[in-house]
Amino acid sequence: MRLTLTVNGRPTSADHVWEGESLLYVLRERLGLPGSKNACEQGECGSCTVRLDGELVCACLVAAGQAEGAEVRTVEGMAGPDGELSPLQAAFVETGAVQCGFCTPGLLLAAEELLARAPHPGDADIREALAGNLCRCTGYENILDAVRLAASRAAQAPTDPNGGPDHDR
Amino acid sequence: MEFLRPATWREALAVKAAHPEAVPLAGGTDLMVEINFDRRRPEILLDLTRVPELRAWRAEPGAVRIGACVPYRTVIDRMAAELPALAQAARTVGSPQIRNRGTVAGNLGSASPAGDAHPALLAAGARVEVASARGTRTVPVEEFYLGPKRNALAPDELIHSVVVQRATGPQQFAKVGSRNAMVIAVCAVALALHPDTRTVRTAVGSAAPTPLRATGAEEFLTGVLAEGDHWATGRPPPPAAAARFAELVAAACSPIDDVRGSADYRRHAVRVLARRTLDRAWRARPRPTPEGAPA
Ligand SMILES: Cc1cc2nc3c(=O)[nH]c(=O)nc-3n(C[C@H](O)[C@H](O)[C@H](O)COP(=O)(O)OP(=O)(O)OC[C@H]3O[C@@H](n4cnc5c(N)ncnc54)[C@H](O)[C@@H]3O)c2cc1C
Ligand code: FES
Ligand code: FES
Repeated sequence: MRLTLTVNGRPTSADHVWEGESLLYVLRERLGLPGSKNACEQGECGSCTVRLDGELVCACLVAAGQAEGAEVRTVEGMAGPDGELSPLQAAFVETGAVQCGFCTPGLLLAAEELLARAPHPGDADIREALAGNLCRCTGYENILDAVRLAASRAAQAPTDPNGGPDHDR
Repeated sequence: MEFLRPATWREALAVKAAHPEAVPLAGGTDLMVEINFDRRRPEILLDLTRVPELRAWRAEPGAVRIGACVPYRTVIDRMAAELPALAQAARTVGSPQIRNRGTVAGNLGSASPAGDAHPALLAAGARVEVASARGTRTVPVEEFYLGPKRNALAPDELIHSVVVQRATGPQQFAKVGSRNAMVIAVCAVALALHPDTRTVRTAVGSAAPTPLRATGAEEFLTGVLAEGDHWATGRPPPPAAAARFAELVAAACSPIDDVRGSADYRRHAVRVLARRTLDRAWRARPRPTPEGAPA
């Protein structure tokens, strides 16, 4: 089947999609967007986390056909057109929240969704929001630091009427 | 494989009538795992998530009707006051990503004895509205679970909605697992005080082939509370009675040994959770007025 959807603001389509394949497979193998990672294919690790019509989901558990007409946001949509990191991505780099980097795309999406919903999250909010994303390297502390840093910088930055510090919107 | 996305409920029922083998798909958090791992290769996937009425929920007299494609997230955000046990159970499901997609109807469709919605539905009182092209019927949730991963749906039937009684008193849900996020219950207990009928209902998950109500324990405690005039006075049931209640809840179970826990451990943990949910629910009761009527 042919699948039509919007990925990171760009209308896209993929042909010869098998009806039972996941949105993750479509992104990685058909659309050439390998940022969303494939590890468990059973919703346990969160490395495939994307936003589907704004909602945080595991792309491995969304049937391709369910994404027809949807808007999907992946890690590829975060940096600016010139490759400039988003403030959240920069915070991850600065705090050492990235080691092997496999979990990073999923965590970035989860953290971004949290900060959009709760610009001043407490530690419990951060832990809860990231509970579906496993990291085997960092021990999580630096990841929490990254989210706190991004939140505090956003609070200091002058408010942008066009949607804040997120480049893509 | 065919992928069908009906736009209306009528169309969904027509597809299911013509193709009883079509497998319904809601949040996909159970079904997609099976497809990804090649454990299941449905010839037809019937995606219900485009049917508007299945995505809706609404208050009804004394109850809340939850459409089959309403995710746990909505139960947590919108129904915590009316359906406290179900919202509490929903909060323990998987992770934010899973709760954004997974549904109560999908939990019923899978009918895993470990499904977290089940004890909450049983304790609160709920009925499952199922339909086919032949018509609609209502199944009390007690009669919905037939065995491990088996439910009362006929091959041509779909779950339309779950109608859960609005709480008239405090409710509690508690679950044992190896960590707070992303765990399948080792066991779970839900308990609801129903001051309007002066009854208590309690149910257990993951400790028998199906989720079940511990009716013997319910009757015992209901009797104790009536005899001691506890509903009017607000005094908690005597510790010995609470302990006996917890034992009866554990005795209603027939758990198995598996990777998540031994049968003995499950029985022990159910007893602890039964006692804990009772204590917490009773403490959360509004204080009775001096005349004895609930405030
Ligand atoms: C990482 C992870 C963690 C999880 N953690 C938990 C947990 O903590 N607690 C828990 O209880 N569950 C958990 N689950 C299991 C799952 O999320 C739940 O069972 C959920 O309720 C399934 O809902 P769904 O909408 O995703 O169902 P789907 O996967 O879409 O469907 C499940 C089954 O129900 C059938 N079905 C769906 N809708 C209908 C309908 N309207 N009519 C008839 N049949 C229907 C489907 O055909 C399928 O057989 C977890 C799953 C994952 C992947
Ligand atoms: S690959 Fe999707 S959650 Fe692990
Ligand atoms: S940085 Fe390696 S898994 Fe998180």
